[in-house]
Amino acid sequence: MTKSNERKLTIARAMAEATAQEMRIDPSVFVMGEDIGPLGGVYGNTRGLIEEFGAERIRDTPISETAFIGAAVGAAQDGMRPVVELMFVDFFGVCFDAIYNLMAKNIYFSGGNVKVPMVLMTSTGGGYSDGGQHSQCLYGTFAHLPGMKVVAPSNAYDAKGLMTAAMRDDSPVVYMYHKGLQGMGWLGTEAGATVHVPEEPYTLEIGKAKVVREGKDVSIVSCGMGVHNALKAAKKLEEQGVSAEVVDLVSLVPLDRETIRASVAKTGRLIVVDEDYMSYGLSGEIIASVTEHDISVLKAAPKRVAFPDVPIPFARVMEQFCLPNPDKIVAAWDEMQAA
Amino acid sequence: MSPTREEQHWMYRNMVTSRRFEEAIAKIYFEGKSPAFNMANGPIPGEMHLSDGQEPVAVGVCAHLTPEDVVTATHRPHHQAIAKGVDLDKMAAEIFGKKTGLSGGRGGHMHLFDDDVNFACSGIIAQGMGPAVGAALSRKMQGKPGVAVAFVGEGAVNQGGWHEAMNLAAVWNLPFICVVEDNGWGISVSKETASSIGSHADRAAAYGIPGKRIEGNDPYAIFEAAGEAIARARAGEGPSLLECETYRLAGHFMGDAEAYRPEGEKDALFEKDPIPKMRERLLADGAASDAELNTIEEESAARVDAAIRFARESDDAAPEDALTRVFAA
Ligand SMILES: Cc1ncc(C[n+]2csc(CCOP(=O)(O)OP(=O)(O)O)c2C)c(N)n1
Repeated sequence: MTKSNERKLTIARAMAEATAQEMRIDPSVFVMGEDIGPLGGVYGNTRGLIEEFGAERIRDTPISETAFIGAAVGAAQDGMRPVVELMFVDFFGVCFDAIYNLMAKNIYFSGGNVKVPMVLMTSTGGGYSDGGQHSQCLYGTFAHLPGMKVVAPSNAYDAKGLMTAAMRDDSPVVYMYHKGLQGMGWLGTEAGATVHVPEEPYTLEIGKAKVVREGKDVSIVSCGMGVHNALKAAKKLEEQGVSAEVVDLVSLVPLDRETIRASVAKTGRLIVVDEDYMSYGLSGEIIASVTEHDISVLKAAPKRVAFPDVPIPFARVMEQFCLPNPDKIVAAWDEMQAA
Repeated sequence: MSPTREEQHWMYRNMVTSRRFEEAIAKIYFEGKSPAFNMANGPIPGEMHLSDGQEPVAVGVCAHLTPEDVVTATHRPHHQAIAKGVDLDKMAAEIFGKKTGLSGGRGGHMHLFDDDVNFACSGIIAQGMGPAVGAALSRKMQGKPGVAVAFVGEGAVNQGGWHEAMNLAAVWNLPFICVVEDNGWGISVSKETASSIGSHADRAAAYGIPGKRIEGNDPYAIFEAAGEAIARARAGEGPSLLECETYRLAGHFMGDAEAYRPEGEKDALFEKDPIPKMRERLLADGAASDAELNTIEEESAARVDAAIRFARESDDAAPEDALTRVFAA
């Protein structure tokens, strides 16, 4: 093994490395957003970039998301490849028109004649009492609206490959990174997200899910932080003699329904883990993807472990009560057996 | 319009209470934060934005308000909440995530709501503007007295929602005042980087309303300008825009190392701390005696101690209560 293969990075550093490498070879890539310059991004994913590329290509913006995300659309259509950051996905409310009516629709409105090669990076997730305006995932909200690819890495290897792929994509890509996986000390980080990352640039195919743990009794399907909860639950289930397969979606749009169906066809059982609100979201979509295709593969009714349909409460005990966790996944298995 | 002796004492008391409250929070915040800075842990989890240094704006404005008047605050709300008369015990309990908190732990530090004194918050930049304008509209339509004040930071003035709300308030001639707390920084981005003009008060011209900038983080000057703006609004003469120079003595949030600040800027700020400055001035003007000020300080500290004790000793929120109060009963 070469030295470069042994190197471990956090997701934040993997994102910054991918961005720097792409900026070196492609002068049309530039970054803008709030606090992405000297601060290096609130989550560290633009750290070191301003030192190398300067304030012309690493632009701190005013708190004007409508304007700078709209401006990214214009720049992208005019030959640039902007990477923009919406600091918390929860802030989409002030600028969603620029995202879903412009960024996501201009390729279609032009009959495919216009390209919108931009990346919208945004942080997701809770678990640290930051309250209901700073803790949401909103995977379903973004994935529901057509015209934007949506990715959500669970580890640094995928994060780097997805970032490079997103910057090279001619369509807009929403890059949703979970705060609890970023490797920031002040948030506390899931250790499993910090993994070996090659030094050379590489891409991961957008729209391809991964079976991150093989099993034969039940498929646990999730993304981002949920994958780590699923892996921990799989370990607990193994102690009970249950063999769980874990599928990491990696991309939400396009959704790799084939890999999900193949896994459920093998195991016959499905648990979906989603930190986003339960109703009208990702969990329902995954279940529909299986059942409307071939319901006969299922040996039991599918189960969901998702955030209940309430705003995210501040108090730690209330928030933890609502969040998915490994024990809830194990409980879902138990209920499935009892049914 | 200068503050009376009584008003001066009220202003000093609320400034000191706010500062003591934040000092207590700053101390407790790092208890049990492990690994270091993990904001999920400790008796006060979550992000924490302190308002040390910005107290003059809150007291200078709120000295003119009654509980019936409406205030919308920001992600940095404690000084504004205290000056508006939000229940300190319940506010502390809310920040600790306790059952006895303002919302029983549902909202937290950035989402303080106290219906008794018409106080509300939002953690989304500039999003207090619309609701304050709406409250002003409602007062006008119902013929009810009272004004609405939206406090925002100087960074918020670059949000689309800010401009839209200012325009509505102006075309509808509403009893509304926007108070911009200019502390020079939006997290790590300086005002000069983010805005093409030095004084946001000049933006009032775009809406045909009065605008005024107050320099020096001076509680008396803020009191005077706010008094005029609020009197205009009460008299049905429409909205105003005030921009107050102020200072953020703490980091943007607890744990912010502030590496983006020019070297030495912080030291100069501490020399301008408005609380010792006001104390000196009260004494020099003969507006208060040493003994009176000592009493105010002791009473403020005792009130804060009691609130923190109430918060610590209150029961945690019940986990399953998370599922309740989503809709009106
Ligand atoms: C719409 C929106 N964008 C970004 C943020 C993140 N954010 C929180 S505070 C802040 C800086 C605000 O600066 P300013 O308005 O000057 O207030 P201050 O923090 O200085 O009191 C930013 C960018 C947010 N909360 N809402």
